[in-house]
Amino acid sequence: MNYKMIGRFIGRILLVEGIFMLPALLISVCGQEWIAVKGFCLGIIITLLAAVLLLVLSKGYKKKFYAKEGLVCVGISWIVMSLLGCLPFYFSGAIPHFIDALFEMVSGFTTTGATILADVESLPRGILYWRSFSHWLGGMGVLVFLLAISSANEGNSGFTMHLLRAESPGPNVGKLVPQMKKTAGLLYGMYILLTLLNIVFLLIGKMPFFDAICTAFGTAGTGGFGVRNDSIMSYSPYLQNVCTVFMLLFGVNFGCYYWLIMRQFRSLFKDEELRLYLGVVVGSVALIAWNLKGFYGTMGETLRHAAFQVASIVTTTGFSTADFDLWPSFSKTILLLLMIIGACAGSTGGGFKCGRILLMFKSLRRSVQKVVHPQKVQVVRVNGHMVDEKILQNTNAYLAAYVIIVMASFLIISLDNFSLMTNFSAVLACFNNIGPGLEAVGPVCNFSMFSCLSKLILIVDMLAGRLEIFPILIFFSRTTWKHR
Amino acid sequence: MKIIVAGAGKMGATLARQLSAEGYDLTLIDSSLKTLEESQERYDVMVVQGNCASMEVLEQAGVREANLLIAMAGADEINLLSCMTAYGMNPNIHTIARIRNPEYTEQIYKMRNMFALSLSVNPEKQAAVEIERLLKYPGFLKRDTFAKGRVEIVELRVDGSSKLCNVALNDMNSIVKCKILVCAVLRNGTAVAPDGNFILREGDRIFVTAPSDNLTILLRNLGIVTHKVKRVLICGGGRVSFYLAKQLQRSSISVQIIERDQRRCIQLAENLPATCIIEGDASSEFLLESEGIGECDALVTATGLDELNMIISLYGASCGVPQVITKLSRMGNTNILDALSLGSMISPKELCCNTIVRYVRAMKEQTGAALTVHSIADGQAEAIEFLVDDTTLHCGEALRHLKLKKNVLVVCITKGSQTEIPNGDSFFEKGDTVIIVTNGDKVIYQLNDIFEP
Repeated sequence: MNYKMIGRFIGRILLVEGIFMLPALLISVCGQEWIAVKGFCLGIIITLLAAVLLLVLSKGYKKKFYAKEGLVCVGISWIVMSLLGCLPFYFSGAIPHFIDALFEMVSGFTTTGATILADVESLPRGILYWRSFSHWLGGMGVLVFLLAISSANEGNSGFTMHLLRAESPGPNVGKLVPQMKKTAGLLYGMYILLTLLNIVFLLIGKMPFFDAICTAFGTAGTGGFGVRNDSIMSYSPYLQNVCTVFMLLFGVNFGCYYWLIMRQFRSLFKDEELRLYLGVVVGSVALIAWNLKGFYGTMGETLRHAAFQVASIVTTTGFSTADFDLWPSFSKTILLLLMIIGACAGSTGGGFKCGRILLMFKSLRRSVQKVVHPQKVQVVRVNGHMVDEKILQNTNAYLAAYVIIVMASFLIISLDNFSLMTNFSAVLACFNNIGPGLEAVGPVCNFSMFSCLSKLILIVDMLAGRLEIFPILIFFSRTTWKHR
Repeated sequence: MKIIVAGAGKMGATLARQLSAEGYDLTLIDSSLKTLEESQERYDVMVVQGNCASMEVLEQAGVREANLLIAMAGADEINLLSCMTAYGMNPNIHTIARIRNPEYTEQIYKMRNMFALSLSVNPEKQAAVEIERLLKYPGFLKRDTFAKGRVEIVELRVDGSSKLCNVALNDMNSIVKCKILVCAVLRNGTAVAPDGNFILREGDRIFVTAPSDNLTILLRNLGIVTHKVKRVLICGGGRVSFYLAKQLQRSSISVQIIERDQRRCIQLAENLPATCIIEGDASSEFLLESEGIGECDALVTATGLDELNMIISLYGASCGVPQVITKLSRMGNTNILDALSLGSMISPKELCCNTIVRYVRAMKEQTGAALTVHSIADGQAEAIEFLVDDTTLHCGEALRHLKLKKNVLVVCITKGSQTEIPNGDSFFEKGDTVIIVTNGDKVIYQLNDIFEP
């Protein structure tokens, strides 16, 4: 295994992380939050030292990098990035227990948005900024960012495909244009543009500047960390609707936005995954709005809350404008199922992904038809193109892994003796990178009451969910560590 | 610049590697998904699966925005059809097709406008041309010409018995008694740009620049005896052998071809009246002896199997044949091959790829572009010829005052018909041609790129 090359990537990621901590430090200095300043200084120094150490140790690296190295690199780099990124939280005393600080940081980078903090508003602003910014960076991916800023020489190697595939979500990840550096650059370009647009619309609604930035970061990465204790509840209806729209926008495959730029409107309209996504959203909003009749005063308010919650859960953001734990069972169940469905592949959202759901249903339909008519040869088609059997097999394997992880986590968490729905929704919320669950981990609660063991399990779940299971799962396989 | 390569076989893959490393947007089309996946993992390319001559597949590969289509699929006919279809969809596209079949050569040339071909490449014919040049002037392993044939860069191997063994470069001029410049030395597989104190050892392969006239003097003073080649024995009756024999027929060289397949022998006998065709197994030492391998001046092994070619070449060298030329489809690690005495190694695919890469580079820059480009030292160094024009900086300044980039060497300046191997006081002016050798990673597109900014 090419440890030196992996070390080099991690070194550069830590360099990027350290540099991105500087604005947070600046904010704390301006706000005269001296304990936060201390936390950030220590965090930045340690991160940059680690980066330099790794870069020095990895001198003389060879360019042999294959699929295995790609997966391992992504797994290790996210773990190391989270371990060092939580140091500001820990050293500033904002989050005194290390496991809690790690939980919060992993929740940030994996764009989950589950928090162990009871009172968010009392935190120093620098800390809040860093929390929200980690959503933005983790949403599109830190390795994709690295590929976008890498020199032409580095970016033009075929092995970067493995990194893109390991970090970007979806059953079939491909490039937008032939050159990897340009693809990564395009993705981040569109991402930055949409984020800026989001900030502009929020500012128009008179949201305070700091709140607008943090909320936009949380929406862009579909994370869910808010700067207020009641999430988005206390903002105006206009701001809530802006959030709804932008959450849905960030849950769309960024390849579709590329089609928009390239004016390939027909491909856009015919995209089956996009149709499924929008269909699910519209259907859920309608059903929940009908089920919530009488819960809120006007139909307008009901629709607003239904739309917001549906958008928030299906894109796995996790903002809330209502305590949906108080809603009737039917609505809560729809939301629970939406947690599993997730956003489109190739977006910043989490969950199982609409693309995979589409493949699974088509594959299932074919299997049923094959039982009835065994001789018939049928091909699964998506968007008019045939889907290779390998992708279908991977999707089935993914489903199996998904179920096993949910069951195992559910079992271990239950040791803490909370209610079944709390445990189950906690696992779903973390594994699908949503944030809030139901009952004791509902939108107005937090995760602080879990034991250290549970928090560690949930941390693993969050990472596995964001990186789509396999980069984390391979750590437990002997083949990874054996010499080829 | 957007390039589409149709056909991801051995040549398609080599092109993909080289062109994607130079920063072009490359899309590969192939009918096999497996080949495409391998290519995508190794090179920075986009892949499309399908038939490269079909309009739909070309559309998917983005032919309407592409600048160049290189058709390297299995069959000549498909290559031609792809080029024509691409031109029909995008009249601004340049097209290159690989046409191997000798039956088509004439019509390709005469009807190239109708076929919309900007360039047609024939690897086997190129290999045959290259082999013929080596046969005409034996003694060198490889020769590349510049300045319209007035300057050459030749490759020599330093044997243990050579006069150049253990000699420093500064002392070389007194041994060879003519002005030459060693522009690169290949030692143990790595190319080195040597300075005056560099000492040559046995096993080194040196690349020497010299005006063409000095080459015979060079050979004589190095003690390399050159037989004029009168008899050539070719093993294998494939396309390369066919083209070679046809060319050699015109000079007074007697050619013998040994081919195993009876039907092919009859075909060859029909088309090559002046050549002696022998039906038999070229690997049989008995046959080679009985056909007089000991008396021939040159042996060319060009069968379909690289391994067979290598074995026959080794046998030929051991029989004392003065010049041995081996055709290899896959160059692989030439370090190992070098240890065996295989003589000159010709790879049709590499020759073809070099031609195409030269064309692509010329397309990219219209002014200040290279006149000729050759890759030497196993692709680790490049010799490029440029024309000095109005846009060139530092005209008239002595070379010793110029700050050149690392790994760049000016090896020859040609003023009009005078070629000069430069020293520190030489300078170039507008209208001259300059040959530089570089073994850095960065490609030199323009003459001004050699200067340190």
